[in-house]
Amino acid sequence: MITMEHVCKSYKIARRNAGFGEAFKALFHREYEVIHALSDVSFTIRDGEMVGYIGPNGAGKSSTIKILSGILVPDSGTVTVDGRVPHKNRMEHVKEIGVVFGQRSQLWWDVPVIDSFELLRDIYSIPRGIYHNNLEELTELLNLEKLLRSPVRQLSLGQRMRCEIAASLLHSPKILFLDEPTIGLDAVSKIAVREFIRKQNEIHKTTVILTTHDMQDIEALSKRIILIGKGKILLDGRLEDIKSDEGIDETVAELYRAYDI
Amino acid sequence: MNKYLSFFRLSFTMGLQYRAAALAGIVTQFAWGFLEILVFWAFYRAEPEAFPMSMSATASYVWMQQAFLALFATWMIDNDIFDTIVSGNIAYSLCRPIRIYNMWFSKSTATRVSRAALRCFPILIIAAFLPESYRMAKPASAWHFGLFLVTLIFGLLVTVAFSMFVYVFTFFTVSPQGVRIVFTSMVEFFAGAIIPLPFFPANWKKVLEILPFASMQNVALRIYSGSMSGAEMGKAVFLQVLWLVVLILLGRCLCRLAEKKVTIQGG
Amino acid sequence: MLLKMKEAVRLYGHYLSINIKSAMQYKTSFFLTALGQFFVSFNVFLGIYFMFRRFSSVEGFTYSEVLLCFSIVLLEFSLAEMFARGFDLFPEMVRTGSFDQVLIRPRNEILQVLGNKFELTRIGRILQAVVMFTYGVSHCKVEWNLIKILTVIFMLIGGCAVFSGLFLIYASLCFFTMEGLEFMNILTDGAREYGRYPVSIYGKKALLLTTFLIPYALVQYYPLLYLLEKDNRSFLVVVPLLAVWFLIPSYALWRFGVRHYQSSGS
Repeated sequence: MITMEHVCKSYKIARRNAGFGEAFKALFHREYEVIHALSDVSFTIRDGEMVGYIGPNGAGKSSTIKILSGILVPDSGTVTVDGRVPHKNRMEHVKEIGVVFGQRSQLWWDVPVIDSFELLRDIYSIPRGIYHNNLEELTELLNLEKLLRSPVRQLSLGQRMRCEIAASLLHSPKILFLDEPTIGLDAVSKIAVREFIRKQNEIHKTTVILTTHDMQDIEALSKRIILIGKGKILLDGRLEDIKSDEGIDETVAELYRAYDI
Repeated sequence: MNKYLSFFRLSFTMGLQYRAAALAGIVTQFAWGFLEILVFWAFYRAEPEAFPMSMSATASYVWMQQAFLALFATWMIDNDIFDTIVSGNIAYSLCRPIRIYNMWFSKSTATRVSRAALRCFPILIIAAFLPESYRMAKPASAWHFGLFLVTLIFGLLVTVAFSMFVYVFTFFTVSPQGVRIVFTSMVEFFAGAIIPLPFFPANWKKVLEILPFASMQNVALRIYSGSMSGAEMGKAVFLQVLWLVVLILLGRCLCRLAEKKVTIQGG
Repeated sequence: MLLKMKEAVRLYGHYLSINIKSAMQYKTSFFLTALGQFFVSFNVFLGIYFMFRRFSSVEGFTYSEVLLCFSIVLLEFSLAEMFARGFDLFPEMVRTGSFDQVLIRPRNEILQVLGNKFELTRIGRILQAVVMFTYGVSHCKVEWNLIKILTVIFMLIGGCAVFSGLFLIYASLCFFTMEGLEFMNILTDGAREYGRYPVSIYGKKALLLTTFLIPYALVQYYPLLYLLEKDNRSFLVVVPLLAVWFLIPSYALWRFGVRHYQSSGS
């Protein structure tokens, strides 16, 4: 079970203005701006749930994922994941989670995919038997057979993403965080990825938290959505409840307008 | 000409933004200069008669060198330029009505000037007020100072013209990094960045002073403290101009060739 | 504990092999860059050589004695570089957010950062350091015995610890600011460059500072006096090992930095 209660997180960033004079002024005096990435965020996610976490850019989606995976320390509030506080028991916590950052890669660029997988086996100290079972299952479900022997730099984006997802599931995590997993993929790959995530949740009861801009992802995968804007939770409910006759994109655009985010 | 000026302006503004980097640079250069002078003092104490320059001229040389490091250090590479070549973004620049050579030349010059502009004054001011044994002396005369400024500019241009080869060579080699490392460290040594040219044995010095490397920092830094005779100065300035012309002409030819290569291979 | 160490070494080995595999994808480039690295530090040596063509000694140290000092410092630095210079790329890891990837793995962060990228072309520099070291040792007029050999080994261990500590501090500072880290070069590259001469030539204050603050003198000046028989007190043999304390505050700063980490980008 995942709970976040009254979590706040803010950053301080330097402001820079354009122009020659401004650049010169900034030499002597610099202005700072405080960005409230999360203010008073609370929610609970049960085991085996699949949740879509949506909101415009800069709304605080990534910050939430990073707090839940123990990368960031919240300013205030409490976070527990299966009874652990992520940033306090980092080592124990991360053994149980898998994370895919859609815009980054965890695979080694110049070597065959299988080499990265084997390194991960050592990093997570996955027992051989379990590793082989998982690898076999993932290879079949994600259709990786032909990809494992090729260097990552030769893969297409869609092929790479399938490998990324497999990489983050090798150690059979109970919770999977997916940060924009379908970004930039072609239609075939998108469908394959969605189908796989759905199966993973069904077979292994993996809890899935998915952030995305692609509303078809949400429609295909999650019953529950959490909408975040300007660092606040604006809506937490079932997809059917907000869905109108128009397409899902229009519905969400309407929501964004209504909340002025 | 206007467009190259605007490249200059843009790069200059960008360079000014890095305040903390500049401060760190000043601290670093100051520490470096101080240690360097301490080394020279140690040698001076051991055998003052073997010292080829006066100690005060040596101190001035070291401070000037630190203050204007950004103008002359060949290892300070303009990473933007480097990246455009390696990543193939150069194709964009080739589509514009600009001479690549001139654009890069003005861009590198601006980057160097903006870096130096921020750093030189604090270093020079502090160095001028140090205790006498470490102090940067006043220029030998007003006339020396004037000539110092002129040769400083020529020296900068020769350095930039030379570093253009480093960029252009990137087109031709599989491993620009290896070539660059050897290239720049060689230049550093022959230019007098490790030890000033007067400290070399006489026959070495004679040869080194004719090479283009001596036309970079060596001339200006030595003219300032008056450690060159009138005839030597005349010859040095003549060589600076000569090398500048030769390097630019050669660089432009090579750049043409490189551009052709890019167009043929399609980037 | 021992088992954990063994696992860590195993993982380090795995990182090394995957790095070698990656580098071998670009063989020509790799060897050319390594060759470049081999030649680059000769500058410093040439500087010493030409200075001593003019002067016969500095602060009581002759050419061959300075050469020994320089070559030991260079090897200390290169060894540390081999193990710990992965921190060099750390600013880049923080900037692009790939440090996030490190934090989501159940392994020590330092081990992962070091493993993430080995600059294998530095093998050229290490070779150069070894060549220089051999030259320095064979040209100095030291009569070698077991104790003196041990002293040199201790110097290498202590020196490697000091430089590794400095690299760690450099990386830790990235958690707080990205700008202006250039000044750390005084302590790392500066120590290598100016460590070519025994610390005493920089004066009493420098000696004090490098004894108590950043313990360079412990791995350079004091044991050197013993090697050159300028000071025969035998505790000087183990002095270099004292320098290992420097790793403690460096590591503490790193821990503090990790807690302070603000992940960047989305």
